[in-house]
Amino acid sequence: MEKFTSLSGIAAPMDLVNIDTDMIIPKQFLKTIKRSGLGVNLFDEMRYNLDGSEISDFVLNQPAYRDASILVAGDNFGCGSSREHAPWAIADFGIRCVISTSFADIFYNNCFKNGILPIVLPEDQRDALMEDAGNGANARIEVDLETQTVTGAGGETYHFELDAFKKHCLLNGLDDIGLTMEKVTSIDTFEAATATSRPWV
Amino acid sequence: MSPKTIYDKIWDAHVAHEADDGTCLLYIDRHLVHEVTSPQAFEGLRTSGRKVRAPDKTIAVPDHNVPTTLDRANAATMTEDSRIQVEALDKNAKDFGLHYYPVSDVRQGVVHIVGPEQGWTLPGMTVVCGDSHTATHGAFGSLAHGIGTSEVEHVLATQTLIQKKSKNMKVEITGKLAPGVTAKDVTMAVIGLTGTAGGTGYVIEYCGSVIESLSMEGRMTVCNMAIEGGARAGLIAPDQTTYDYCNGRPHAPRGAAWEAALTYWKTLFTDEGADFDKVLTIKGEDIAPLVTWGTSPEDVLAITDVVPDPASFEGGKVGAAQRSIDYMGLTVGQKLTDIEIDTVFIGSCTNGRIEDFRAAAAILKGKKIKEGMRAMVVPGSGLVRAQAEEEGIAQVFIDAGFEWRLAGCSMCLAMNPDQLAPGERCAATSNRNFEGRQGRGGRTHLVSPAMAAAAAITGRLTDVRDLM
Ligand code: SF4
Repeated sequence: MEKFTSLSGIAAPMDLVNIDTDMIIPKQFLKTIKRSGLGVNLFDEMRYNLDGSEISDFVLNQPAYRDASILVAGDNFGCGSSREHAPWAIADFGIRCVISTSFADIFYNNCFKNGILPIVLPEDQRDALMEDAGNGANARIEVDLETQTVTGAGGETYHFELDAFKKHCLLNGLDDIGLTMEKVTSIDTFEAATATSRPWV
Repeated sequence: MSPKTIYDKIWDAHVAHEADDGTCLLYIDRHLVHEVTSPQAFEGLRTSGRKVRAPDKTIAVPDHNVPTTLDRANAATMTEDSRIQVEALDKNAKDFGLHYYPVSDVRQGVVHIVGPEQGWTLPGMTVVCGDSHTATHGAFGSLAHGIGTSEVEHVLATQTLIQKKSKNMKVEITGKLAPGVTAKDVTMAVIGLTGTAGGTGYVIEYCGSVIESLSMEGRMTVCNMAIEGGARAGLIAPDQTTYDYCNGRPHAPRGAAWEAALTYWKTLFTDEGADFDKVLTIKGEDIAPLVTWGTSPEDVLAITDVVPDPASFEGGKVGAAQRSIDYMGLTVGQKLTDIEIDTVFIGSCTNGRIEDFRAAAAILKGKKIKEGMRAMVVPGSGLVRAQAEEEGIAQVFIDAGFEWRLAGCSMCLAMNPDQLAPGERCAATSNRNFEGRQGRGGRTHLVSPAMAAAAAITGRLTDVRDLM
């Protein structure tokens, strides 16, 4: 998995609550058997007209935000389905960090498996960053995972919380399966015990 | 020992390893797999030369993409990319030796209907699937939740999931339900109160007299939509209704093993005095037949209500409500029963079981759907379909003017050709009314099966109590 250490980039504002995974990547793009190439269809129905032309006022179509690497969004980002195609599409577009007041659980977990850092901040801080993001390409936001801080365009710095294990994996680009395989004896022991205590499983 | 919730008990029984910071390896008893979220996971296994650790605990079935038209045996009815996904599942199931129900098998259907039907889902288990509606299986008193594709690969390889414990939330539905009010209305009522993020970080235990009086089908409907309230999982303590449902299913234990299982299952209840981080109580009598008016499952109102004014919301919801009203093509103050619909969809893992069909058929019996209405019933599994035919319910639907389809997810998410055109408006028994969920520009109102049947007859959202 790709590491995430720090990031300085343009942030695109999406001031909408409950942005769901159907919006992030509509189902017609789930018919792939690959993980790559979904970035062009990120937010497809908000981003393109039926004839495939761009909807000019959608944020990622505006010249200032075409190279955005951060998304600042409304509450409860990523609700809905478990599709990992959502973080795949986000990462493939080039976005490595999403900032909101809250995330849906499965989406939040999926981000960490794909080198994306989801940051939870209180409403006033998220709103301040949303305002920064509104200033377009001149306003860069800095994110540092080691110190767990986000710095807005005006220099104001906010601290964010995250699980220490998730942080460790993201900083070092660690593969979960490899880590778990190191504990295989615990799994063997558990399985053997269950075979006696709950044989119907 | 301090009192425990049922969630605490199931959790404790499945921790295979716990790190100092509380990160656990949770052992997974059942892993359900479908064609959309699994190909990349199997690919990952192949690339790294890994095997499926417990193929005997892994069950696969194609459902999201499959056509539900009667001619589906003809592969040409599937689009190229859908066919590739289904074929990939065929191959992966065979190569890795999984239990498999292919499209040609009468037991095929929506993964969350097939699992319980075949007795794979049993009380006290941990159940996962690369699908958010895995919450459905919580109806059996199992801990069941959706996972992403990387986690699917993790479970395939290790039969465990890296997890931290969630918080406990109790949702109690007291009293009784009024006539015309169903399990679907109960679960929608809860989301209406908590909001779509209200359950984030929690596992919900549904309890109370209303829940106890529900059938297993009804309980599955309730738990199915726990995820729509943001919860990690929803569950219901097993009782006699649960045991009766499980007994005799193909993969349920038998004889002495059944007795041993039963003894264990009877320990799965929340102890007196156990602590919940959050408690919500709803009176069953206060729940009316409900519909959604907007594009979030929390946009729930009684059918007797009117389209709300965005100004009556707070914060970010003001803009969201306006956006919903525009997308849905509604006017503020419009009576919900004045909203005309052109499509009805009865099916999905929320409401594609026999009891749902019985409820809809009871309203439809001897009646015809409105002229010009497109109405479709899609059974949750081939076995539900067979049973409905045996009970004569299929004929009621057909006589009323419904299309009687084969099993699959169908218009719940419209990955197959069953889709809404832009601007089309549907009363659906599924679980999501997101923008574009049933087809780009399509408009979805979530309702119970009985309400869907009523809407099919009148051509508008209808209070089912008027037709009873
Ligand atoms: S019926 Fe709908 S919600 Fe259920 S698994 Fe299929 S697509 Fe998902």
